[in-house]
Amino acid sequence: MQDKNVLSENLSALKAKIENELDVLKSSKELYEFKNVYLEGKKSKISELMKEMKNLAPEEKASYGKSVNELKEWAVGRFANMEKRVKEMELSHRYEKEKIDISIPAEPAKIGNLHPVTLVKNQLIDIFAGMGFEIFEGSEIETDYYNFTALNTPQDHPARDMQDTFYLSPEFLLRTQTSAGQIHVMEKKKPPIKILSPGKVFRSDDDATHSPMFSQMEGLVVDKGITLSDLKGMLDVFVQKVYGEGTTTRLRPSYFPFTEPSVEVDCSCFACGGKGCSLCKGTGWIEILGAGVVNKKVLENCGIDSEEYSGFAFGIGLERTAMLKYGINNIKLLFNSDIRVLQQINEK
Amino acid sequence: MILPLSWLKDYVEIDVTPEELEKKLFDAGFEVEEKYELGKDIDKVVAGYVEQCEPIPDTHLCVCQVNAGTWGNFQVCCGADNVKIGGKFPLALVGATVYATAKDHKTVEGVATIKKGKLRGYESYGMLCSGVELGLTEDLYPGAGYNGLLVLPEDAKPGEDVKPMLGLDDWIFDIALTANRPDCQSILGMAREVAAVLGKELKMPDTDYTETEVKKEGFTVSVEAQDLCPRYSAHYVYDVKIAPSPAWMRHRLALVGMASISNVVDITNYVLKEIGQPMHAFDCSYLEGNKIQVRRAEEGEEIVTLDEQVYTMSPANLVICDGVKPVALAGVMGGLNSEIRDTTEGVIFESAKFARDNVRKTARSLGKNTDASARYEKGVDEYSVVLGMKRALHLMEELGCGKISGTHVDVNTGNSIEPTPMKVSIQKVNGVLGITVPDEEIRNIMKRLNFNPKINGDELLIEVPAYREDMLPQGENDVERYPDVAEEVIRMYGYDHITSTFMPSAQVTMGGYTNQQKGELALKKTLCSMGIHECMHYSFFSPSDLDLLRFPEDAKERNAIQILNPINQDLSLMRTTLASSMLNAISRNEKQGILEGRLFETAKIFVPKSLPLTEYPQEKNTLCVGIFGQEETFYTMKGIAGTIAESMGITFTYEKRKKTFLHPYQTVAVFCQGEEIGYFGKVAYDIQDELDMRASAFLMELDLELLAKWYGSKRVFCPLSKYGEEKRDLAFVMDKEITFGEVEECIRKGNKYIKEIKLFDVYEGGQIPAGKKSMAYTVTFEPKNEAFEGDTVQKFVDKICKNLKNELDIDLRA
Repeated sequence: MQDKNVLSENLSALKAKIENELDVLKSSKELYEFKNVYLEGKKSKISELMKEMKNLAPEEKASYGKSVNELKEWAVGRFANMEKRVKEMELSHRYEKEKIDISIPAEPAKIGNLHPVTLVKNQLIDIFAGMGFEIFEGSEIETDYYNFTALNTPQDHPARDMQDTFYLSPEFLLRTQTSAGQIHVMEKKKPPIKILSPGKVFRSDDDATHSPMFSQMEGLVVDKGITLSDLKGMLDVFVQKVYGEGTTTRLRPSYFPFTEPSVEVDCSCFACGGKGCSLCKGTGWIEILGAGVVNKKVLENCGIDSEEYSGFAFGIGLERTAMLKYGINNIKLLFNSDIRVLQQINEK
Repeated sequence: MILPLSWLKDYVEIDVTPEELEKKLFDAGFEVEEKYELGKDIDKVVAGYVEQCEPIPDTHLCVCQVNAGTWGNFQVCCGADNVKIGGKFPLALVGATVYATAKDHKTVEGVATIKKGKLRGYESYGMLCSGVELGLTEDLYPGAGYNGLLVLPEDAKPGEDVKPMLGLDDWIFDIALTANRPDCQSILGMAREVAAVLGKELKMPDTDYTETEVKKEGFTVSVEAQDLCPRYSAHYVYDVKIAPSPAWMRHRLALVGMASISNVVDITNYVLKEIGQPMHAFDCSYLEGNKIQVRRAEEGEEIVTLDEQVYTMSPANLVICDGVKPVALAGVMGGLNSEIRDTTEGVIFESAKFARDNVRKTARSLGKNTDASARYEKGVDEYSVVLGMKRALHLMEELGCGKISGTHVDVNTGNSIEPTPMKVSIQKVNGVLGITVPDEEIRNIMKRLNFNPKINGDELLIEVPAYREDMLPQGENDVERYPDVAEEVIRMYGYDHITSTFMPSAQVTMGGYTNQQKGELALKKTLCSMGIHECMHYSFFSPSDLDLLRFPEDAKERNAIQILNPINQDLSLMRTTLASSMLNAISRNEKQGILEGRLFETAKIFVPKSLPLTEYPQEKNTLCVGIFGQEETFYTMKGIAGTIAESMGITFTYEKRKKTFLHPYQTVAVFCQGEEIGYFGKVAYDIQDELDMRASAFLMELDLELLAKWYGSKRVFCPLSKYGEEKRDLAFVMDKEITFGEVEECIRKGNKYIKEIKLFDVYEGGQIPAGKKSMAYTVTFEPKNEAFEGDTVQKFVDKICKNLKNELDIDLRA
């Protein structure tokens, strides 16, 4: 039979040993080893103490068993605390080792940009699509009829001098305006019509402020009872969405063969709010587009009864809009594909 | 159009400032592009009376004591030879601004501020000025051309500002006119508008004259080409005395930029500017056959014009002939043979209307633009043909330089110069505008515009003046031009009266992008996500671009549509490929030191069905991607292609292809579901060198018309396999020439469980025999309906190895 006192001493000795050894543990590996030696498994020191039970007198078994269990509970608790401390320490070491110079510049993932004209085009389409406009993209090569004659600009009309046209044959030309698309739509579709036709147009002009190719977006509404006031109402909404709340429009007389009355539309300068600045050349107004009430003859040329229906049309220069919006000072930059320019402008 | 306000004031009273007038004209549709005071640079120059004048010894200078009225008396040194006691000259006070001239005293070299000076020990407080120093010429002010002091009028009061007395306080407006208002291309035309805008009376210029009994017997005018000359009038003037024009006329012509020549020629120019009617004067003594004929020129017929140039004409040109020969190029310039000379005694004045388009074509084709042709091109009305002639004859009489005969011939096609009555509905006028303009306003506006309105209920009766050809009905179905009336009303009533409404009577329509547009935008966004910037190039390119791309003579790309009137050769063909524009863009970037980048363009290429065009060509939407830089390889471009395909839910396959401008072994054709849709590859080195490109570049072109059918393809969810995939890494040794594609095809063949074959290593050398290479793959097998059994996958592998060995003599690497 084992002496109870010896066993009791063994318990105390193990407790002291655990206490001493536990405190110096420094790593997960040591923790693991310690756990195996003292706490877990049939060969651990605690298990071995428990095995002594069989050698005790029956009346002493209960109290001994209790003592061993208490020791085990105590040891597991201490171990858990220690384990937590070591793990925390290890983690912080690991982090410290990975200390980096966060000020070193990083190479960003490269993202391409849509062209400024595409950005503006999409923005305008979104605005007008919300007002019920469909999108129609016509062809860049047009006939004289669709580009001029049907738009009330017959052969000897003075307005033909307004635009220097690139001809491809006596009949075919590069469209000088997206209005050419209007005719195609009106020939096929009867009112109500609300279309937007964006696209490239061409004029024989090449200098600091003109490019032989540029982009326009033409809008056309034909329905019953459409008036000049409706044009103004729609343009008011448009400028507020593009240039911000509080932007207002001003109409002033102009001339296009396919509209009557024809107007130039200015919006209050979004840079200075209309007080006058370098952008608006001190006038407080910026010219943004040409528009007007669709000429009766144009409707009639398309087989639409001009007494029953009326409409308005407007044409916006997209390069000009983009230049105003992004502060680009030279139209040639838009066609030059200079990556230093293209990467500056995005709307993501 | 240049409009001097001093001249305008002859016909309309102006009681507003130039700024107010500018604003009012702007609101009425006349943009003043520029306005300036004639003497804008001249300041603090007053009339000076020279009271003493002593020569400074040994110089050409004099020291003068000049009385400048209330400004005081000043000592001024002066070197002009006409300075004298008792003379009145412009005195620029200290602080004044005048024009500085070069040593020749004629060439203006900017504006100078006068400072106190000291010459040869004499202090000088100001400067006595010449005409040039005040910005004047002999025509603008008599005596201003003299190389010395400008002599002021006797009645000039010392100390008075010289600007009003020299006409330097005049304002010049440069007005932009819209193409529908040729009637405003004259001082009188603008005066009509100014009178309407200001609500003033229009004072018409004098057109009265006395016809004598004298006739030019037998003189006839015949117009053969009435389509090109609807009206031709001629009037004979005799006892002509050629002399310089009076100062007032020379001054006015100078204000509008015309040189004075002689009284008769000046009258024709004066009428052109004042009435807007081009006039011509023939010297009668050089007209043969006592007649004028207006006809088309004969093929090869020649004329020598006033500027001594010889022109060879064709029937496309209209000529004025006497009984024998051409004497003028109609509407453009007179002939040298009948020009006004100092000896001219008899003159035939011509006032005519020529078809604007014909004058334009003649002027363009002969390269001859004159003030007359410019005016005719904009459109001359018959009202001014008649008025212009009367005004010219009046001026001949007023200037006393000729007697007006009774011989007047007017050949016309019956067009009236009387107003045309028109009736419109006021309701319809307001219907265009969307507001109700009060009847009284409408009446008042139409009255101011000289339309003589009457209102009867809803009926507005007006009379359209003959000069308002833009308002006249064109054809029988065009009688009720209420939009024109609406335009006249609103530009005078004010566009600020237009209220904002939002189509209250319109029907609801559905808007938005088409699938095609959505698909293209999604594609563009996919490209952007790969670091590719969108760019935009001209739709035209150069014949040299076709050579750059090494296209052979019979290449389809050379079948490009030509622009008949290009800006230059480099912009003369419609693009048949986007490749050269992209190459040039890459080259431009590299020249700027940007040695890597990615660009794309979507644009149309133009494929003619026949040349020259007889029907619409095909406009094919095309995508071009260009990437360049050290990091870029054939495979990065292939990756871009793969991402495009994946973004659209399709797969591309590739086949070797040769392109004249691409690398012979790094170029492929791209196929989508069996259809060839484009190509990509590395740019050929000779082209890279030609464009001075340092970095390698790769190009891809895809036909978006073909790709478009896959836009927005429906995606269907594929359930994930319930059973685990199995992966096997396999390394093979094979002949160097065997491609991945061949191996892949062989592996896939006969095994429907292969999900993916991924190459992870290619190796040559070391233990690999010469002429061979090792390629290592991860093959993924995916079970379909049930899990793989124990040795199933191993059986697959064995079969694969066997196939590879049999077909390609490939061994599994030990």
